[in-house]
Amino acid sequence: MSANTVKSSVDARRTGPVPGAPLLEVDDLYVEFRTRDGVARVLNGVSYKVEAGETLAVLGESGSGKSVTAQTVMGILDMPPGFITGGEVRFHGENLLKASQRRRREVRGSGIAMIFQDALSALNPVFTVGFQIEEQLRVRRGMSRRDARKRAIELLDLVKIPNPKGRVRQYPHEFSGGMRQRAMIAMSLALDPEMLIADEPTTALDVTVQAQIMDLLKEIQVERNMGLILITHDLGVVAEVADRIAVMYAGRIVEQSDARSLYRKPGHPYTLALLDSLPRLDLKGTELNTIKGLPPSLLNIPSGCPFHPRCPRVQEICKTEVPAQHRPLPGRLSACHFAEEMIAGD
Amino acid sequence: MTDNILEVDGLVKHFPVRVGVLFKRTVGHVRAVDGVSFDLRRGETLGVVGESGCGKSTLAQVLMRLEPPTGGTIRFEGEDITKIQGGALRRLRRDIQIVLQDPYTSLNPRMTVGDIVGEPFEIHPEVAPKGSRAKKVRDLLDVVGLNPEHINRYPHQFSGGQRQRIGIARALALRPKVIVCDEPVSALDVSIQAQVMNLLGDLQTEFGLSYLFIAHDLSVVRHLSDRVAVMYLGKIVEIGTEKEIYEHPTHPYTQALLSAVPVPDPELRGQRQIIRLEGDVPSPVDPPSGCRFRTRCWKAQDICASEEPVLTTRVAAHPSACHFAEEKSVVP
Repeated sequence: MSANTVKSSVDARRTGPVPGAPLLEVDDLYVEFRTRDGVARVLNGVSYKVEAGETLAVLGESGSGKSVTAQTVMGILDMPPGFITGGEVRFHGENLLKASQRRRREVRGSGIAMIFQDALSALNPVFTVGFQIEEQLRVRRGMSRRDARKRAIELLDLVKIPNPKGRVRQYPHEFSGGMRQRAMIAMSLALDPEMLIADEPTTALDVTVQAQIMDLLKEIQVERNMGLILITHDLGVVAEVADRIAVMYAGRIVEQSDARSLYRKPGHPYTLALLDSLPRLDLKGTELNTIKGLPPSLLNIPSGCPFHPRCPRVQEICKTEVPAQHRPLPGRLSACHFAEEMIAGD
Repeated sequence: MTDNILEVDGLVKHFPVRVGVLFKRTVGHVRAVDGVSFDLRRGETLGVVGESGCGKSTLAQVLMRLEPPTGGTIRFEGEDITKIQGGALRRLRRDIQIVLQDPYTSLNPRMTVGDIVGEPFEIHPEVAPKGSRAKKVRDLLDVVGLNPEHINRYPHQFSGGQRQRIGIARALALRPKVIVCDEPVSALDVSIQAQVMNLLGDLQTEFGLSYLFIAHDLSVVRHLSDRVAVMYLGKIVEIGTEKEIYEHPTHPYTQALLSAVPVPDPELRGQRQIIRLEGDVPSPVDPPSGCRFRTRCWKAQDICASEEPVLTTRVAAHPSACHFAEEKSVVP
């Protein structure tokens, strides 16, 4: 069994960018929230890697840790109550968690940028959309007001906002939901980031607008050869855009795979159960398959495999031993004791 | 005797837009619901889909008589309930109940589950004599799959899915005939969504309920509904059986909406034909003349701006409100 488990390759003493290193590497990340009710273990050894031009979808239900991972990568985690208790976040090989605040600021925006789910609360209501885009250009690039305004108009045009010259003077409340999300994308692109993290970018939007925004993100990504992390709980959106998928459960990545193989043959019972619980045409009028029980409380994660109380394939070993990352096939990881059987079985 | 439990005819709800502080002037109206007609049959589920701002939730509130309608009629079991008040309205509430979208804000955090689910009995004491209430509440909790022992807990001690079950138990308390479900699963995680949808299906079979099921998620609506109405800017643009709407849509908006739904199958990536709509939904304060969808429609002609298409049977067996209705299958 130990032959096909994966060891992480941590080299803690690296500083500064390393040539040839992946664009972004999250390595064995541990984060906990120390609250009045106890210690919530929010991330328990999360590792993933994103190359330039690649789309990694991080899939999970609320509380699975997908947003906390992103916040740690961006360096915007609330500390306290959050504490990073282990692991590394490497951008071009440089461990950002060890970097100075100044270096982190440099990377934020121009190295890695982020867009959020709720564009209305992510934008400042008392400043114009143009001002909010220009602010970073003037502070970080030292642009003049006039140049920054010109660039802001270009950016609004790039994200296909009609009449960018007029729109740049307007306030967020004058924008519709889809327009606000476009404005936020424009803002994230202002400093030409190499990596974009999109945290549920279309969850608050209607399907017809969602399709427009996903198209736009995809187009911009291809054009700039950006790395993209798409955080979502929508299995449909993931299937449309992801190259690779990481499925999270209770602060762990339980499965990682290329998109096609994952949908064809899930390697973890949780992924299988998620896919099975979707309403399907051929099963209309029948009971939907459900996952029994509730996601675990992070204050009290079950022993062994955190999914074992809800798992239909549970065995004795699952209750006592935390499953290592198995590699049932090249390019696929699954944190299940029976990953090989999941892949091999029908 | 008709088999329609609820008949809605030409229902209109306009909200005035007022400006000024002391002397308020009405400068226009938000036409949230603007002439909606449909029937809900006994024991069926009618799904209502549409994007935000199309008037689906206003429709729910007007049907519940939480908001007075501006025009049109609502009949419940043949009786006009559009204008009833006082005791008659209170009696009506026994028959029509609602499940709200957000299980976090629709339960009073200072009341126990027992008080929340039992509150309908306070208002309608004839349903349950005082001594039997606690038992009735326990039974209701059991029916919706909650532990009856938890009767003295508070809403914050429950997860989102469990809270939605509390909301469903409350709606069931008076044994209504119709339940209006306003986005009952959209705030829930995928794995929990399926549990609540199954529960709604089971309850319908057990109690012979009729549902008006409002949602923006087309696959959820398809799974539960017998018939489906598609709304756009306060109007129904197409209505028919689930099969007719999903497999033979004739209105361009329905087609665009269906084609935009992401399909959870990477094999179909790039093979599906997705109709991209331009722009956003126009403001319901000043909807476009003629057909309201024409500003985003790729089929729009001059007639669409001048003449409003009525909802009537055109090319297919089910009604569609488009001058150029044409069957087109968009779902693989």
